[in-house]
Amino acid sequence: MSRATESISAKLELQQRKHVEPKRQHPFIRSLKKHWELYLLVLPPVLYLLIFKYIPMVGVQIAFKDFSVVKGIWGSPWVGFKHFEAFFQSPNFWLLIKNTIGISFYSLIAGFPIPILLALALNEIRTGYFKKTVQMVTYAPHFISTVVMVSIIILMLSPHVGVVDKLFTLLGFPMTNFMGIPEYFKSIYVWSGVWQGMGYSSIIYIAALAGVDPSLYEAARMDGASRLRKIWHIDLPTLVPVTVIMLILSLGSIMGVGFEKIYLMQNPLNTSASEVISTYVYKVGLIGANFSFSSAVGLFNSIINLILLVIVNGISRKVSQNSLW
Amino acid sequence: MFNLINRNRIKDPLGDRIFMTFNYIFLFAILLTVFYPLLYIISSSFSSSRAVTSGQVWLFPVDFNIKAYISIFKSQQLMLGFYNTIIYTVVGTFINVALTVMLAYPLSRKSFYGRGAIIIFMMITMFFDGGLIPTYLLMKDLHLLDTRWAMWLPGALAVFQVIVARTFFQSSIPEELGEAAEMDGCRDIRYLISVVLPLSKPILAVMTLMYAVGHWNAYFDALIYLRSEKLFPLQYVLRNLLILNAADPAMLANTSQQMRDQGFEQVLKYALIVVASIPILIMYPFVQKHFVKGVMVGSLKG
Repeated sequence: MSRATESISAKLELQQRKHVEPKRQHPFIRSLKKHWELYLLVLPPVLYLLIFKYIPMVGVQIAFKDFSVVKGIWGSPWVGFKHFEAFFQSPNFWLLIKNTIGISFYSLIAGFPIPILLALALNEIRTGYFKKTVQMVTYAPHFISTVVMVSIIILMLSPHVGVVDKLFTLLGFPMTNFMGIPEYFKSIYVWSGVWQGMGYSSIIYIAALAGVDPSLYEAARMDGASRLRKIWHIDLPTLVPVTVIMLILSLGSIMGVGFEKIYLMQNPLNTSASEVISTYVYKVGLIGANFSFSSAVGLFNSIINLILLVIVNGISRKVSQNSLW
Repeated sequence: MFNLINRNRIKDPLGDRIFMTFNYIFLFAILLTVFYPLLYIISSSFSSSRAVTSGQVWLFPVDFNIKAYISIFKSQQLMLGFYNTIIYTVVGTFINVALTVMLAYPLSRKSFYGRGAIIIFMMITMFFDGGLIPTYLLMKDLHLLDTRWAMWLPGALAVFQVIVARTFFQSSIPEELGEAAEMDGCRDIRYLISVVLPLSKPILAVMTLMYAVGHWNAYFDALIYLRSEKLFPLQYVLRNLLILNAADPAMLANTSQQMRDQGFEQVLKYALIVVASIPILIMYPFVQKHFVKGVMVGSLKG
């Protein structure tokens, strides 16, 4: 190689380096240039979240204002904690808290273990028609709408014509209007929920059990372990992490009883047991047009939920090393 | 040799056999508890009103007939409800799936700068929520009250589904595939449409079913945002008929004869329940085999 060509190639290299230099841009610019299509894709959903989730978050400020339709969210005057105080002092406050927490805890205690039992029981039997039938039938009610579910409850329990009432009459009990008795409300709500949800909720446990290493079962069999022992020493420990996660999630939403089903199940006779925070927010806020007060109640509810979630998650992380974050 | 075979055929210990008996009894009891009400509803809907009110229906239809179904299909109010629900479900699910994939796919690419920030931006909406009233006021300001958009937009994106889809893209589509496609000059959107999506059919199927079921069963948004009768979805109409007992005048006119005996209303309600639930119950066995995948992928921390 002659000197001339060498120097040319050196110059070229320099030039190339010069070309490389300005390419050392911010990684965002580099990514944007190369993957501008990805940013294009992400734009609509991000805008969506911004408008439909973040703007209402800013709108929560009306809980601290006296909202008037004419002045709008920003123009309405600040009133501090007035609406919160009004809520805490209202005669409904303790009733709402009692009903909300009562229904949640009852649902949790009744509804949480049954899917786990179902998963354990299904895991013991061989794959076949019976197993598939049980799974298919128990998953199905999950897809029934709330409106239809509540209609079924009302139809089945209605006096004179409902099948449950007929059964009770056959057994010699007096005719009862189940939906009109406040004491029955929680049980009807919770057990119909168990009926509807147990199969679907068991899926996650069934999936966890399917991940157990078969050699563990073989070893247990070799050691002469009975089926119950295998469940106790292999299946249950397998289920601990997923159970803890599910428990955190349900405890974190203990104050967030779903609006839809309760609202549909309500009637003037059972409101003393069925009025919960979410139905109250709807009635006072949208039907009564008391926007600020109702937002304050809703905000109070979500803050309690968030605090609960953080506390339960923290406890769980310390005790069992399982946590959401 | 003989011994070995014999050993394998030893019966399970007595304890295990007792346990298995109870296990089968337990599962059978659960199966019956779930199945019986469903069967009762279907049988009642095909029975005569006399049989239903006098309590003759226990298992199978008595005096088989389809009068209730005929009057349902003659009711204009219900057919309009069906029509609206189909529109809400088809368009709504399309918007849902499109937005979910558009967000989940870029978040699954390692070379996508800023994904951490977007994930946090997205996760915050799972824990903080404006609540009912501020969302209602927003919809009002956007002039979306009493329009079809009110049924599509408020729930157009479920963060949970984004997480599931993203985890699936990350775990089952190798990053190298994307790099190879890039080398061949395949741009991101084309790669997504012609490579990633065809490989993600199971997760797309579950996602579509979940969103579609949500739309089919939705009544809350209708209750809050809709006022005009011509926009009401099926579930809202059902709520008026089944729970508030506001019978459709057209349906009464068609069945005025039968309505005189109280029982027909009952049969009609059972038939309504069947008609409203059948479309989804038919769809779901096809997707059922993918459920476990959908649920498991979602429970992984991504």
